[in-house]
Amino acid sequence: MTTSERADPSRSVVLETAVRLVFHTVLVFGVYLLFAGHNQPGGGFVGGLVAGCAFVLRYAVTGREGIGRAVPVDPVLPLGAGLLLAGVTGAAAWLLDGQFLESGKVELDLPVLGVVKATSALPFDTGVFLVVVGLVLLVLRTLGAEAEQ
Amino acid sequence: MTRVLVPLPVVLPLLAAALNVLLVRRQSLQRVVSVLALGGVLATAVLLLREADRSGATVVQLGGWAAPAGISLVADRLSTLLLAVSSGVLLAVLLYAVGQGITDGRRTTPAVFHPCYLVLSAGIAMAFLTGDLFNLFVAFEVMLVASYVLITLDGNGPQVRAGMTYVVTSLVASVLFVTAVGLVYAATGTVNLADAAVRLQDVPEGVRLALGLTLLVVFGIKAAVFPLFSWLPDSYPTAPSPVTAVFAGLLTKVGVYAILRTQTLLFPGSPVLSRVLLVLAVLTMVVGILGALVQDDLKRLLSFTIVSHIGYMLLGLGLASTAGLAGAVLYTVHHIVVQTTLFLVAGLVERRSGTGSLRRSGGMQQVAPVLAVLYLLPALSLAGIPPLSGFVAKLPLLQAGLADGGALALTAVAAAVLTSLLTLYAVGLLWSEVFWGPVADVVPDADRTDSVVVGTARTPRLMLVAAAAAVVAGLAIPVLAGPLYALSERAAEDLVARDAYVSAVLGDGR
Amino acid sequence: MTGNLTLALLIGVLYGVGTYLLLQRTLTRVVIGLGLMSHGANLLLLAAGGSAGAVPFAGSTDGGAGAGTADPLPQAMVLTAIVITFGVTAFLLALAFRSWLLTGEDAVQDDVEDRRIAALEPEEHPHAARPEDEA
Repeated sequence: MTTSERADPSRSVVLETAVRLVFHTVLVFGVYLLFAGHNQPGGGFVGGLVAGCAFVLRYAVTGREGIGRAVPVDPVLPLGAGLLLAGVTGAAAWLLDGQFLESGKVELDLPVLGVVKATSALPFDTGVFLVVVGLVLLVLRTLGAEAEQ
Repeated sequence: MTRVLVPLPVVLPLLAAALNVLLVRRQSLQRVVSVLALGGVLATAVLLLREADRSGATVVQLGGWAAPAGISLVADRLSTLLLAVSSGVLLAVLLYAVGQGITDGRRTTPAVFHPCYLVLSAGIAMAFLTGDLFNLFVAFEVMLVASYVLITLDGNGPQVRAGMTYVVTSLVASVLFVTAVGLVYAATGTVNLADAAVRLQDVPEGVRLALGLTLLVVFGIKAAVFPLFSWLPDSYPTAPSPVTAVFAGLLTKVGVYAILRTQTLLFPGSPVLSRVLLVLAVLTMVVGILGALVQDDLKRLLSFTIVSHIGYMLLGLGLASTAGLAGAVLYTVHHIVVQTTLFLVAGLVERRSGTGSLRRSGGMQQVAPVLAVLYLLPALSLAGIPPLSGFVAKLPLLQAGLADGGALALTAVAAAVLTSLLTLYAVGLLWSEVFWGPVADVVPDADRTDSVVVGTARTPRLMLVAAAAAVVAGLAIPVLAGPLYALSERAAEDLVARDAYVSAVLGDGR
Repeated sequence: MTGNLTLALLIGVLYGVGTYLLLQRTLTRVVIGLGLMSHGANLLLLAAGGSAGAVPFAGSTDGGAGAGTADPLPQAMVLTAIVITFGVTAFLLALAFRSWLLTGEDAVQDDVEDRRIAALEPEEHPHAARPEDEA
């Protein structure tokens, strides 16, 4: 917190404390939704939106600067990386003699976790997740910056 | 091999767009990636066209889900022909924009230009290739979202005002599109075009007509058909020249393609729709060109000629004969190339004289004779002067109209001839105001913060080369008129005989 | 397929209210109107899929495919349409905000043609905005 923020009379202790409490929970829930997506309600888009909500909450408290500290990368990076990941996952099916976007699955027997099933929809969804989070951050940064002026 | 080739025109620009987003600080690398991607798309499109012309439509079911459950991509003669022409135009405009960007140094087009331009290309390719009504909606949205950003690239006053008109109009069209998809799904239980074509035969005549008209309104807004065109001359001229050029050449033509595809595949032989199309064709042609005659701004005048010439393609479609459809296809090809070229040259003229106003410019042929030649060739071609491409493209249309012989068809032919003459008058007006007369003073650049530099004698060689390449491509159309018309005719035969398309998508069992 | 009267009425109301708001001169109302209209369109798409039913997973019903299950396709399409509307509405809001920053008012501006007509005969269009007025 900088001094200028501390002097701001519009700050609300209740909101700040509540956001500090739920911020990480909301983020983790977003990631949970991403992984739950294939067989249960969830998926990359919803997960991304929930994770994005965490950042929106944080923005409501700390403004643009706080978001910059929470995510010290240019928001276009997750956006581009996500789009690339999703596209490459779709195209990867070509290498395995499939059609574009055709999905495949692997089952792994890991030592602690037991049998884990992963589908190629997961990296695709991760890409979508990153795009949505990047988009939310970008909107917060650009629109938020203009609104704060 | 086609397994990879057919989705490639969509996938390649999207991947390149993602790379470009990551390379946002490395503008020179961005340029290389974009040019390579669009070059790849052009090569793919040419290969696909050759394949489609030799052995009929190739179909790819995305994700391996068979139609009608999955999304099909269909590369038949019509879609690959338009795809090949569009990718060539996209590449030329990209080079033009790159040339502008390199020369103008720091005041280059903003970093979002390249990703958005590539997403736009992907959307256009998807719209041409898709065999699914809902996927067509998605393709339109992909294309439009990119175009929203491109049309408001500088974010200055006029662009925001025009962008607002453009976005709201497009959004209304999109809402109507979702409505139409819902209605088609309710009536047939499918959104796969081939499957819907089969099932619509059992749908009552009235319902079919309502669906046809709803889709016509949706695509009519995108294609700027009378009376749904007023957004176009208002919004296009404010965007940067390369953006206006690619919008003028391609976006409306994607709408025309959608009308062509849906009307021939889903609602063939409906006399009501044919009559509606012919009436719309006449009104679009005449109203559009009358609008062009009273304009003072270079790009606004040209924007009205886009509207007017959309009417020719509707005329071919409204005749509902193979010859008419072939004419419409050929006209679309000609118009994509020529209209884009005119806007590229208009951009160069504006860059030189510093203004788009006809009254304030003059004597350009003494100052820049090369620009005068580059303008004159596509302008005369647009008006349909033989032996240029406009003449080659209009002739089959007029012949098809005369062969039809109905009162409405003959009226449309008369309107087409009148529009040609008025087009000649409009482009002649532009010529005499801008290129002839005493040399006017160069108007200095009013807004030094936007990405467009005007009023400078520095014309980047790459911009000139790109514009010249587009002019040459336009000149190649009459040279290749025979094979091109034969190809258009084969594409039109495919459209009339729907069975080949349907069985290619659904498998031979149906 | 049986129709659902509640849904049909709701769709009609959403379209009607959306159209009314779309015709207003205030940009915010236009944006809200477009949002309502697209909700109407999405509901229509959903209604086109027929009535609700069991979860349409393979093997989750006894009577083979289709019997008693919901139609998943419209739901997938509606989700896609919602995502697109979400993105475009965000852009539209940003544009409206930008317009407010530039002009200081939340209103649809006159287009070029309007201004030309207004400038031609100023005395006959006393309410029309003229280019000079905006500076």
